[in-house]
Amino acid sequence: MAANVPALTFVVLFLPFMGAVFAPVLIRRFGDKAAWLLALAPFFAFLHFCGFLSEVAAGEVVTGGYAWAPSFNLSFSWFLDGLSLTFALLITGIGTLIVIYSGGYMKGHPDQGRFLSFILLFMGAMLGLVVSDSFLMLFVYWELTSITSFLLIGFDHGREKARRAALQALVVTGGGGLCLLAGLVFLWNITGVTQLSLLVHMEDGLRESPFYLATLLLVLGGAFTKSAQFPFHFWLPNAMEAPTPVSAYLHSATMVKAGVYLLMRLNPVMGATPAWEILLPFFGGITLIAGTFLAVRQVDMKLMLAYTTMASLGLLVMLTGFGAPHAVEAAVLYLVAHSLFKGGFFMVVGTVDHEAGDRNVTQLRGLRSAMPITFAAAMLCALSMGGLPLFFGFLAKEEIYAALAAGNPRAVFFTGLAVIGNALMFAVAFAIAIRPFFGPPSANPKSAHEGPVALWLGPAVLAVLGLLGALFSGLAHHYVSSPMASAVSGEKVVIDITTVPHLGMPLVLSVITIGLGVFVFWRLDGARALMVRVLENLGPGPDLGFDHFVSGLVRLSVAITRFVQPGRLEVYMTATFILLALTLLVPPVVFDELPGMPAWPGSVLPQEAAFLAIALIGIFAVLRAKDRLTAIVSLGIQGFAVAVIFLLFGAPDLSFTQFMVETLSVVILALVMTRLRLSPADHRPRRQLLFDACVAVACGLGFGLLLLKSVEASFDNLLTDFFNAYSKVIAHGANVVNVIIVDFRGTDTLGEIAVVMVTGLAVLALIRVRAGKAAVSQEEEGR
Amino acid sequence: MNTLILRTVAPVLTALMLLFSIFVLLRGHNEPGGGFIGGLIAASALAIYGIAFGVAAVRRAIRFHPMAIAGAGLFISTLSGLISIFFGVPFMTGLWIYPVFFDVEVPLATVISFDLGVYLVVLGAITSIALALEQEPGPETGGEEG
Amino acid sequence: MEALFAILIGLFFAAAVYLLLSKHTVRMLLGIVLLGNAVNLLLFTTGRLTREVPPIIPTGMDQLPAGTANPLPQALILTAIVISFSFFAFLLVLTYRAYQELGTDNTDEMRLAEPRDEERPPMGY
Repeated sequence: MAANVPALTFVVLFLPFMGAVFAPVLIRRFGDKAAWLLALAPFFAFLHFCGFLSEVAAGEVVTGGYAWAPSFNLSFSWFLDGLSLTFALLITGIGTLIVIYSGGYMKGHPDQGRFLSFILLFMGAMLGLVVSDSFLMLFVYWELTSITSFLLIGFDHGREKARRAALQALVVTGGGGLCLLAGLVFLWNITGVTQLSLLVHMEDGLRESPFYLATLLLVLGGAFTKSAQFPFHFWLPNAMEAPTPVSAYLHSATMVKAGVYLLMRLNPVMGATPAWEILLPFFGGITLIAGTFLAVRQVDMKLMLAYTTMASLGLLVMLTGFGAPHAVEAAVLYLVAHSLFKGGFFMVVGTVDHEAGDRNVTQLRGLRSAMPITFAAAMLCALSMGGLPLFFGFLAKEEIYAALAAGNPRAVFFTGLAVIGNALMFAVAFAIAIRPFFGPPSANPKSAHEGPVALWLGPAVLAVLGLLGALFSGLAHHYVSSPMASAVSGEKVVIDITTVPHLGMPLVLSVITIGLGVFVFWRLDGARALMVRVLENLGPGPDLGFDHFVSGLVRLSVAITRFVQPGRLEVYMTATFILLALTLLVPPVVFDELPGMPAWPGSVLPQEAAFLAIALIGIFAVLRAKDRLTAIVSLGIQGFAVAVIFLLFGAPDLSFTQFMVETLSVVILALVMTRLRLSPADHRPRRQLLFDACVAVACGLGFGLLLLKSVEASFDNLLTDFFNAYSKVIAHGANVVNVIIVDFRGTDTLGEIAVVMVTGLAVLALIRVRAGKAAVSQEEEGR
Repeated sequence: MNTLILRTVAPVLTALMLLFSIFVLLRGHNEPGGGFIGGLIAASALAIYGIAFGVAAVRRAIRFHPMAIAGAGLFISTLSGLISIFFGVPFMTGLWIYPVFFDVEVPLATVISFDLGVYLVVLGAITSIALALEQEPGPETGGEEG
Repeated sequence: MEALFAILIGLFFAAAVYLLLSKHTVRMLLGIVLLGNAVNLLLFTTGRLTREVPPIIPTGMDQLPAGTANPLPQALILTAIVISFSFFAFLLVLTYRAYQELGTDNTDEMRLAEPRDEERPPMGY
């Protein structure tokens, strides 16, 4: 290709983000028609990725990227094999249709620009997630999809239910994201690589690692929360609070599949172990059954679809971890089929809701003649979802049964689960595709009629694709399914299943599924009533648990805040000093680092002893001071004693400074104290006094020991020698102290005088707060 | 503290202390002393003057607002550090010149002007604090701008 | 000599901490002054004690003769003294103003920012 492909790919990865930036502007300028314009961004990306199809189908892997922080081995790099390319095509292709659909669905909404902006933002994040090569990039995009999902679920933030659902999704998927981060760090530590493209070619090493199980559990924590696997499934139905385009795009076609993507991506390096083949099918199977049973119970079409989505994700996880021949192929086919029919189905329900004003499957009737195109799309989607011949869903289901059906008990068990799940999904699919459209027209909140082209284009295209993909299965397998399955299984796989029914066990199971599905569809109301009863007996689910979790968290943080911040300075001070004392005293005792008994100083000159004693008297007098004057004078005494001590030990500069400071301190202290009329003596109760004294003595002891310990070692003269050597020679000053202050460490001093300056300003400001008020009121009186 | 003795002694004492503070400042490079000590001595001098004659007298005597003096000091210090830029050496490098006045070599340096800045900051900020505290609280506090 | 100083400094710290644990802001202020001196002395002693010979290079020499005091801690302490004085002045004015505004020097009664019966945060979403 003549064009610079890596640069173009780089631009394409940022196209949705650019679209997100311009969406509000364009919507304001052109109204809802701007959606068609904005759809060009994902559409162009879609075409760009289509350009890689033949290359990837030939077994090649497209990589590229730019170094970001090479010293940390970080790069912005992408990696396109069959798996990521299929995902990229689904994201951009369905994304194009969703943007167009949103233009019609959100028409006239005051925040349409914001909505499209969020959708495009999500698209960019999801696209980045599936093409990421580096772990870090994968994680960042992973969390970005959680955040954009939060924004989209909470789009209608005026309603509490929407806020709750948004927060729930964020907590669950964001928490899972943290698990994933830990898992990725484990992967990095075990294998030493930070790139997926290198990781997937590692034949062994990971499975044998003692940390394999921990890594697996952490990665599953990320994947299961994102893909709504039991017991983290509850956020997905609640996420239906979002506008329908969001449900169609994020919560069925793309984002929830990110977990499945991750599992598929890691299958070549982490799969085919006992843990993998137990955990994945087990949780996937539970999710499949729970999802379908809960779906049957619902009457809101959107919720029915949400629960079947959960079930489908369970099926995908189950297949990914099943480990039999054809299982990966089945997962790949089902993933593509599901994205097509479920995305389309959600849009159908959205259109019905938009045009008829209702989503209740028991209320709506007879929309067939009013909305013929929508009805046709719904039928096609249902046929694919039900797994009837001629549709892509049929191929997937045949492959599923081909993978599962075997003689051993494990296979029989999971085949049973799959048959029940598929049958119930069949029933739900046709309930949505048939019930609202047949029969005498019902009285709806709105008089239903076919929506504008933006509203039926998306479902129609996806539904037709579900048919075409199966009719031209050779083409679809060559370009999409086979490369993807190869990438997932880590070896060359060719899928050749066609829509022509071929006799065998899979066909028998299909027929059983369809028969069971028809039966449930026929007795759907009875099944629903049964499910309601069963669920009531089961008691509250994890959704309620989330409420308890959140309110418990709030209560706990309130309690902790109240405990650590009771609003009493005394408590803060006590805690600080106790901690200080422990820091000083515990390590020396524990590590046996206490200083040795110091030798009694042999030659203490009388004047030295005298001034040390005066300082002590000063301290004692400050402690005992009963009135202001004593306090000020005794404070002065200890200060001057310290000044003299400095002088006696060769620090005249310090001595003079200390003298001046003590003088000024006494002066300003006297000035303020005369105005305060305060008794400096405090009256602590005896217990308090003893406790405070203990803390104080512990701190004093700690510092004393610290000092003794530090003077035990020989002194490191490095810095001092440097200053001594260069003070006169280079800095032309004989007073080394002054040279250090103004020359060697001048920048430091500059900072310090700035502090002095700021203190002056702060004092002035404090004094003037009231003065300012007085001045203003005086001025006002004068006018 | 309006005693006669203090009022008589204060002007002389203040003048002497200010002079001494400048002396301490200038000799600081080779003998004990320097900007910090000089500034503190000068601030004490002004505090004594304030105690004897009142805050207004001090404000008249120093002409500028004390914080303006401090600001000027910070400015001088920063500038002393910045001069080194023109000579292509790092910030705060000491630069010396030795001009000769009447056959006497007078060593001058950015280090000295830096110390002068320190002196002015300490003098200004602490005088400002002391004056603010000496001032009797009341309606006339608004007239601090003098 | 250092041992004697260690005792003195320990007592300085103990007194400062005891005063800082008081409820009354004025007492805490006194504690701050003592704490400043305690830290300065600690720093000074850590640089080792030398009697009476200040770190000033005699005329005609290029370096400090042996046996003079360590100049580095002195330079650090000198600025620290001035800074802690500014800090003390600021706290003094703060205490004074707080007394003027709130009419108390008891920290238990200063509850403007953290009132005693603060209401719980909302439990909903």
